[in-house]
Amino acid sequence: MSSDGEEEFEFEFEDDDEGFDPEADSAGESISDAEAFDIMSPTLEEPPEKKPYDVNYRVRTMQEIMDMQTKEVKKVQSLLEVPADTAATLLRYYAWNSEKLQEQFWNDPTAALVSAGLSPPSSPSTSTQPLPSPLASPRPFECPICCMDYTKEQTATQTLALGCGHRFCRGCWTEYVVGKITTEGESGRIQCMESGCSRIVRAEPIDELVTSDVSKKYHNLLNQAFVSDAPSLRWCPHPGCEHIIECSQAPQKMLNQLVPTVTCRCGNDLCFGCGYPASHRPVICRIVKLWEKKCADDSETANWLQANTKECTKCQSTIEKNGGCNHMTCKKCKWEFCWVCMGPWSEHGTAWYQCNRFDEKSGSDNRDHQAKSRQSLERYLHYFNRWANHEHSAKLDADFYKSTQKKMEQMQSSANMSWIEVQFAKQAVDTVIAARITLKWSYCMAFYLKRNNMTELFEDNQRDLERAVETLGYSLEQNIGDVGAIAKLRQEVTNQSAYVQKRHDILMDDTLRGYLEHRWEFTV
Amino acid sequence: MATGLATKRLMKELAEIKTKGTPPGIVLLNAVALDQWVFLISVLGDETIYAGETFALRLKFPNRYPIDSPEVTFLADAEYIPPLHPHVYSNGHICASILGAEWSPVLNAVAVCITMQSMLASNKKKERPEGNDRYVRSAPSNPKLTRWQYDDDTV
Ligand SMILES: [Zn+2]
Ligand SMILES: [Zn+2]
Ligand SMILES: [Zn+2]
Ligand SMILES: [Zn+2]
Repeated sequence: MSSDGEEEFEFEFEDDDEGFDPEADSAGESISDAEAFDIMSPTLEEPPEKKPYDVNYRVRTMQEIMDMQTKEVKKVQSLLEVPADTAATLLRYYAWNSEKLQEQFWNDPTAALVSAGLSPPSSPSTSTQPLPSPLASPRPFECPICCMDYTKEQTATQTLALGCGHRFCRGCWTEYVVGKITTEGESGRIQCMESGCSRIVRAEPIDELVTSDVSKKYHNLLNQAFVSDAPSLRWCPHPGCEHIIECSQAPQKMLNQLVPTVTCRCGNDLCFGCGYPASHRPVICRIVKLWEKKCADDSETANWLQANTKECTKCQSTIEKNGGCNHMTCKKCKWEFCWVCMGPWSEHGTAWYQCNRFDEKSGSDNRDHQAKSRQSLERYLHYFNRWANHEHSAKLDADFYKSTQKKMEQMQSSANMSWIEVQFAKQAVDTVIAARITLKWSYCMAFYLKRNNMTELFEDNQRDLERAVETLGYSLEQNIGDVGAIAKLRQEVTNQSAYVQKRHDILMDDTLRGYLEHRWEFTV
Repeated sequence: MATGLATKRLMKELAEIKTKGTPPGIVLLNAVALDQWVFLISVLGDETIYAGETFALRLKFPNRYPIDSPEVTFLADAEYIPPLHPHVYSNGHICASILGAEWSPVLNAVAVCITMQSMLASNKKKERPEGNDRYVRSAPSNPKLTRWQYDDDTV
């Protein structure tokens, strides 16, 4: 496959069942809280079929990661016939790519060992003796670092040299190693203290030199380095979560056509490709990075847009946005308008007048530079405003859930409905929130997309989803009426929710397939 | 004030300088405190673009010296100007890997001076580093707090 000599970032463990099969997995031990909740919920959904743009992955615990590491070390240890400590050091140097390590090792064992900071095979300290060799004929010694003198006897017990023969007193070694571990956070790449010597201080002498607290920290750092060095592993970025995602289907070179969104066992989404702590579908990682930088650079210009208050376009009284819905009604004059474009809502209801699409033509007559740069800012603000609006809505998610919860209780008491019968409302909120995340990123995507027929289709899909979400969001913010009204609302919300789901799937499916089919072109 | 590890080592280095002296072109100007020394550095021979110039190099030693590297700067005051060199900023900060990532505890004050002297000796063009003004405007007073990117592995 990699005939062009490109490096394969595969890193798989023998015992691994190729990725995960959602059905098999939800029956197994690794059942997540989210899955457990789904089993409880009234409508038991079929496990979603795997789409061509989805990746297989597993959520791992630190213990599993440590076991993997041990397993790899043991494998290499027996294959290359080296001590465990040596195998681990070699693997670390070759970023846990054991195939590459074996290739290099069999080709030239000395070079492989030396470049990894180990003693060459002829030296007894690597192949047979993992511990630094004791001094052959002890003589009085002055430590070149602290300048302390050591007698013949003390030299044997209180000084230490690695395979390279550079000898220092244990006190200095400890001071040095502790500093590297505790202040610099180093682990697998701590070198000999001699200038220009690249011999690695391995785990065994380190454990012997430092207190158990520092040793514990050292081994934690080694484990962390294992996760960050292995291209198929990534820490869950969510605070307090200590899980690790394993995925071998999303190497760097695939990230131009894949958005590897995964769900951790803590219930949160993340992007396996770049570590973004939420889904950023349908936008690829590279564009997300550009967008974030642009937003940071332009934040001052755009700040005013994020303000939480606006004036009613009719009566000028201040309106505070307190829900996620864009359909605003002024409490004072009852004027209905769109929060995003401030236009009358009536026009959105009948003919959605391109609230999602920036009209490039409007400024195209202005040829002068100033007008052009103003237009480019306006264009950015158009997309940023819509992106930020969904970002802002997401911040209100907790309130949205809370108010829905209240309505669900109200429905249970006033319409005598069961707990299960009112779950439709919570599911609708879930649907709205998921769709808003996708919509948010769709504006970032639209900002960078080159204009062509494909882009128009994309923006049509975007507009349809935007409308569906707004309609459902508005229904969810209605007050609870009498029994008849509740039944009607339930029907409406259920239908609208299914429709949002459908539009969401269409947008996602078309966009993500578009990467695989090389349909999207970006202007960056 | 240097304590613990640093004290014995610095006393020893000072004693060695007093008995054996320093290499040509390097003079210990003063050691106002045990943990702060100033050397005068000049480049000898007529090949050099720094002929006739003398620079003052200040070394501040942390408590964990020599495990930790010293803080090294060329003095920039009424009396001395830092050498015009693509790795020396006008505030006296030096971008040299030996003072950071490549520091080894077996190195000492004189070794630092020798490295700085040869860094000057091998230079052919008097110029400040790219982005000097920008760096100097925002630099921390301790150059060890700067994250240096070493693009030249000769120093
Ligand atoms: Zn020592
Ligand atoms: Zn060594
Ligand atoms: Zn997690
Ligand atoms: Zn990403």
